[in-house]
Amino acid sequence: MREVIEKKVLNENDRLAGELRQRYRDEDILCVNIISSPGSGKTAMLERTLASFHQGISLAVLTGDLQTDNDAKRLARYGFPVRQIVTGGTCHLDARMVTRHLDQMGFRGPGILFVENVGNLVCPSSYDLGEAAKIVLLSVTEGEDKPLKYPGIFHRASLMILTKTDLLPHVEFDPKLALENARKIHPEIEYIALSSRTREGFPEWLNWLQGLREKAHQEAAAIS
Amino acid sequence: MHEVGIAASILGSVEAEARRRPGAHFQAVGVRIGELANVDKEALAFAFEALTRNTALANLRLEVEWCLRRQRCLDCGAEFVVQKLNLNCETCGSQKTSCIGGTELDVAYLELEEPCVKL
Repeated sequence: MREVIEKKVLNENDRLAGELRQRYRDEDILCVNIISSPGSGKTAMLERTLASFHQGISLAVLTGDLQTDNDAKRLARYGFPVRQIVTGGTCHLDARMVTRHLDQMGFRGPGILFVENVGNLVCPSSYDLGEAAKIVLLSVTEGEDKPLKYPGIFHRASLMILTKTDLLPHVEFDPKLALENARKIHPEIEYIALSSRTREGFPEWLNWLQGLREKAHQEAAAIS
Repeated sequence: MHEVGIAASILGSVEAEARRRPGAHFQAVGVRIGELANVDKEALAFAFEALTRNTALANLRLEVEWCLRRQRCLDCGAEFVVQKLNLNCETCGSQKTSCIGGTELDVAYLELEEPCVKL
């Protein structure tokens, strides 16, 4: 006989992600989940981002890697709490890891939590971490067709950030084509181009974060 | 390569049902996977086999329903399967369509035989 089950394969992760989402709402934490291939510039962008904030604001970073705490060391120089999640081979972060490390770090809102996922365009896209937005990075040293090759993450990301734009004069990369490809998969995806080296595009990126924070506040006010 | 984790989660659902139904014989588990779910069918089958080998679920079949991306037109309401990345409505040509399928990652059903109850 056939017994209908009808549940999500990742229902346990989704349940924990729901708890995280509630916690972020209760504590007024904006959480963004940053995803890209290895080497697209997630850590460099976060370094520049942290350097742009004053110490008064509450910020924290959870950074995932298979091995080493190199990224956490780089990010800790800016004076905000940073925690390395060493996955030991697991190719993505899941809601359980985030919950555990968030508890251990003792980060409290209001503030912004940056989750730097493991460098991988495939697996991280399946795991909800309770974030307000997934952000996908694509660097100009990659191919413009990445969105077509990895549609899952470009479909789920709210924002695509083109990184390393200072290298554009030296590489054959057409930003317009990359964006067109991303919008073939996800017509509403937002877009920012930046360089962590020259800071070009950083005002737009910080504005985008601020806008997302205000939107989260409005949604929280509407619920309560 | 997170298919081992996905396979383990699927088996977790089967084991939860097995605890509810002592004595039942499980033949197959049916899952739905969308083309946007980032799960590779063959890697999943391989992981599933590796995880069930020499266990009580060794003969359990994995039945996969592969789900293509589907959109619904926000103007005329037509629903269609996306071909060649064209998200525009097949019926009226509208560019305003929203995704309604292709991200599935669900345990849909179990095929099982329960022991006869002797009255």
